[in-house]
Amino acid sequence: MAKLILSMDGLVLKELPLAKERTTIGRKPHNDIQIDNLAISGEHAVIVTILNDSFLEDMNSTNGTYVNGQPIKKHFLQNNDVVELGKYRLKYINETPTVAQSPDFEKTMVLRPDMMRKAPADAPPAPAPVRAQTDTQTGFRPGQSMPAGSSLGGSGLPPPPPPLAPPPPPPAASANQVGAIQILNGANAGRELELTKTLTTLGKPGLQVAVITRRPQGYFITHVEGANMPVVNGRQLDAQAHPLEDHDVIEIAGVKMEFFIKR
Amino acid sequence: MTRDLGQALQMVSRTHSGMVRTHNEDAVFTQPGVGLAILADGMGGYNAGEVASGMATAVIGSELAQGLLEAKHGVSQLLESVIGRANNAIYQAAESQPQYSGMGTTLVMAVFRDNHISVAHIGDSRMYRLRDGAFECVTRDHSLLQEQIDSGMITEEDARRSQNKNLVTRALGVDPEVEPEIHTYDVVPGDVYLFCSDGLNDMVENDDIALTLQALSANLDLAAEQLVQMANDNGGRDNVSVILVRVLQAFPATERGWLARLLAWLK
Repeated sequence: MAKLILSMDGLVLKELPLAKERTTIGRKPHNDIQIDNLAISGEHAVIVTILNDSFLEDMNSTNGTYVNGQPIKKHFLQNNDVVELGKYRLKYINETPTVAQSPDFEKTMVLRPDMMRKAPADAPPAPAPVRAQTDTQTGFRPGQSMPAGSSLGGSGLPPPPPPLAPPPPPPAASANQVGAIQILNGANAGRELELTKTLTTLGKPGLQVAVITRRPQGYFITHVEGANMPVVNGRQLDAQAHPLEDHDVIEIAGVKMEFFIKR
Repeated sequence: MTRDLGQALQMVSRTHSGMVRTHNEDAVFTQPGVGLAILADGMGGYNAGEVASGMATAVIGSELAQGLLEAKHGVSQLLESVIGRANNAIYQAAESQPQYSGMGTTLVMAVFRDNHISVAHIGDSRMYRLRDGAFECVTRDHSLLQEQIDSGMITEEDARRSQNKNLVTRALGVDPEVEPEIHTYDVVPGDVYLFCSDGLNDMVENDDIALTLQALSANLDLAAEQLVQMANDNGGRDNVSVILVRVLQAFPATERGWLARLLAWLK
């Protein structure tokens, strides 16, 4: 469950779980989070929580509500956002469980009308409560090729335990590099094309086309259409994607070009 | 009368478990001859998700192929009844077998017929269309996020950062009744249709999906592989499945005039 950590002058005052759909913040005693300070309006702000998402809204307070230093009217709270009300700070924490803790991590679920009415704390254990997700759990495995389609149907055996997410790989040497091609012959000789997009096609549609794809592990060239395959360093390619090296010379539809790493 | 649409439609499909999941709970089914494409993204514990999506594609695929040949009813009526039967089959299995309890699946599918496409969907699996360079999502998710976007609560940009992904408001096989959303649109030769599970559109930006279809539609196999690869390169957090359909030529209803038939015969 998401929570707020209330602090003033760097001193943590308390932790406040966001258990309700509406959590009101203000100076008056009826607020869920009461902050008895004259800089805070009677009804200062409200946090609406819908399952795993929380939205902060300023209730036309006199001194305003700030998130990460910016005044806001309405704000979709993200993990580690800092809400400032006068001298007080509320840090929003919405931590993500690890894959090991939540086998249902990120699985699609059916949302039933009754799920919305219950406070998250009352949610039944099954179906499993919806888990948060984060980018930190992702990880590609560079170099892994794509197997063909998988099969349907089950053996009836329970599945093996869920895999631990692989540690984030060190950024592939090529991940941040930008490649380019320079045309070596013909009318456009000397022209340069940066390969910043995920894919760039080369050639003449209907005659011969190849595509250069930009992947975490580098650049690859693949034949798309036409009777002739692209030629790299004088060697004709097959239908498979071919990794490109710095200074490879590519020939497509009679045009020669050099691939190189720019930076 | 029906005709073989294999000449008019090219279909390819790919399904992959992704980089994190051990199971692939997606299922795909294509039959270009009758103009049928079906994609389902299953949910439920153990292997129940696979069972649900596999049942959906199998039941709908076989019953619809048969129903289209008989052609007693209109396509959307046929879709509704076949999807209802699949819903019933999955629901009954889930009710009668404890290990399948609570299983269900999303569904996105289409029938190509008479220069038209009839699209049915339930949940957050999508169909996109590329026509004359314009790429758009034709289906509207049955999901909490889509409802929040529709009500103006959150923007589409915010939706990408939401922690409430993967919450569907409709699914096949979880209730005794299901309401599929069915629409019929015209089809133009050159159209490319993409059916996908959320493992694609959650991992790959729309612009990159569009770029792939625009650049690689001449090689549909490569385009499908590229889409799956991009999802996996970006983390592959979920199963990812795609079906691509390219419309090669018009496919009007048969029983054309005698002159057209004669000309076709002379060719």
